[in-house]
Amino acid sequence: MGYEVKLDIFEGPLDLLLYLIKKNEIDIYDIPIALITEQYLKHIEIMKNLNLDVAGEYLLLASTLIHIKSKMLLPAQEDENQENEDEQDPRSELVKQLLDYQAFKEASIQLEQRPLLERDVFKRGYSVENQCSERGDDETDVELSVFELVEAFYKIISTLGKTEFMEIDVEKMSLTDRINEIMGRLAEGKKLTFAELLGDYSDKKMILYTFLAILELMKLRMIRVYQASSFGVIRVALATEQ
Amino acid sequence: MEETKAIIEAIIFASEFPISIDKIREVLHDVEKNVITRILQDLIKEYQERRGGFLLQEVAGGLQFRTRADLSYWINKLMKGKPAILSHAAMETLAVVAYKQPVVKAEIDRIRGVDVGSSLKGLLEKKLVRIMGRKDVPGKPIMYGTTKKFLEVFNLKDLSELPTLKELKDLQEET
Repeated sequence: MGYEVKLDIFEGPLDLLLYLIKKNEIDIYDIPIALITEQYLKHIEIMKNLNLDVAGEYLLLASTLIHIKSKMLLPAQEDENQENEDEQDPRSELVKQLLDYQAFKEASIQLEQRPLLERDVFKRGYSVENQCSERGDDETDVELSVFELVEAFYKIISTLGKTEFMEIDVEKMSLTDRINEIMGRLAEGKKLTFAELLGDYSDKKMILYTFLAILELMKLRMIRVYQASSFGVIRVALATEQ
Repeated sequence: MEETKAIIEAIIFASEFPISIDKIREVLHDVEKNVITRILQDLIKEYQERRGGFLLQEVAGGLQFRTRADLSYWINKLMKGKPAILSHAAMETLAVVAYKQPVVKAEIDRIRGVDVGSSLKGLLEKKLVRIMGRKDVPGKPIMYGTTKKFLEVFNLKDLSELPTLKELKDLQEET
């Protein structure tokens, strides 16, 4: 079973590629294309298996990788045009793109670490009253991406016993029912945590359906999903509330 | 001199936005620019030495009183609100715009390797990014750049305060 594979949060195909390079402790100027291509494709496969929409960009980079791999398999044509001796390494363009992306990624991290207005520093006259939220705690929210949800999903799944046998029952579970139930619970309770929504069930199939329902509702923008900090509690709320 | 200093301090205090030296001079037109600059440096130093709850800071080409960053926990407790934190995707898009401006969307797409349409839209809505004009190439694509609000939010004097891309790349080499 492929459950042990951990999905990190990737901001795109280049981010995924950088992650693989770091994970394998590879020199970015000398990427073993075959190995990286294989791992890259594996990750895409996982994303597909999770029914996540694998954006076209991921597939584009996959084809680029395969293209480079095939180019590198071809013997270098030395004798024909000597002047073109230092023929470009087929990887060089990708490496340049990766280095550029890496620099901007670093830039974004540095930006984020600056003392931000209304997060770290405050100017005068910020109205306290308007900011008072109905919530009693002082947690701050960040909107979540699908990847973080997937991680949370794994966490809940992993708390279940591993030795569960699959039972084939005729009783049909419908996604619509799950969606309706979630919307119903949210409508009365206003806000629920992700664990509250999923955790009540010990049945893997039920959790799976609930999870799919949450993803579907997110896609339809009927609910909003928040998290105060990494690994913090994930909250789910009706989108109309805002 | 002491009086001038007090006036400048009052002007900064009363201003809603970071106030520039030129703006201060509109009020104090008979004071030389370099005198104002010196007074401002004095004031900035005074607040720093005082180690009080707030500092006088140079942001977005002007001056503004801002609370000390290390006290954020307490202010956030008071606000109970959620600071508008940008997603990683939005931060990356913003970084590319900040460094490459004026830049067209296709270039940002290429650098990030994804379609940046939605994060760019969000940044425009938050007024961190603005349209700077159109590039004079076929199709006349829109060029984007950062706003004054971007400098305010990220506590920057001006764009030159950002580390250069080369410095960032060197940093990567080391790690």
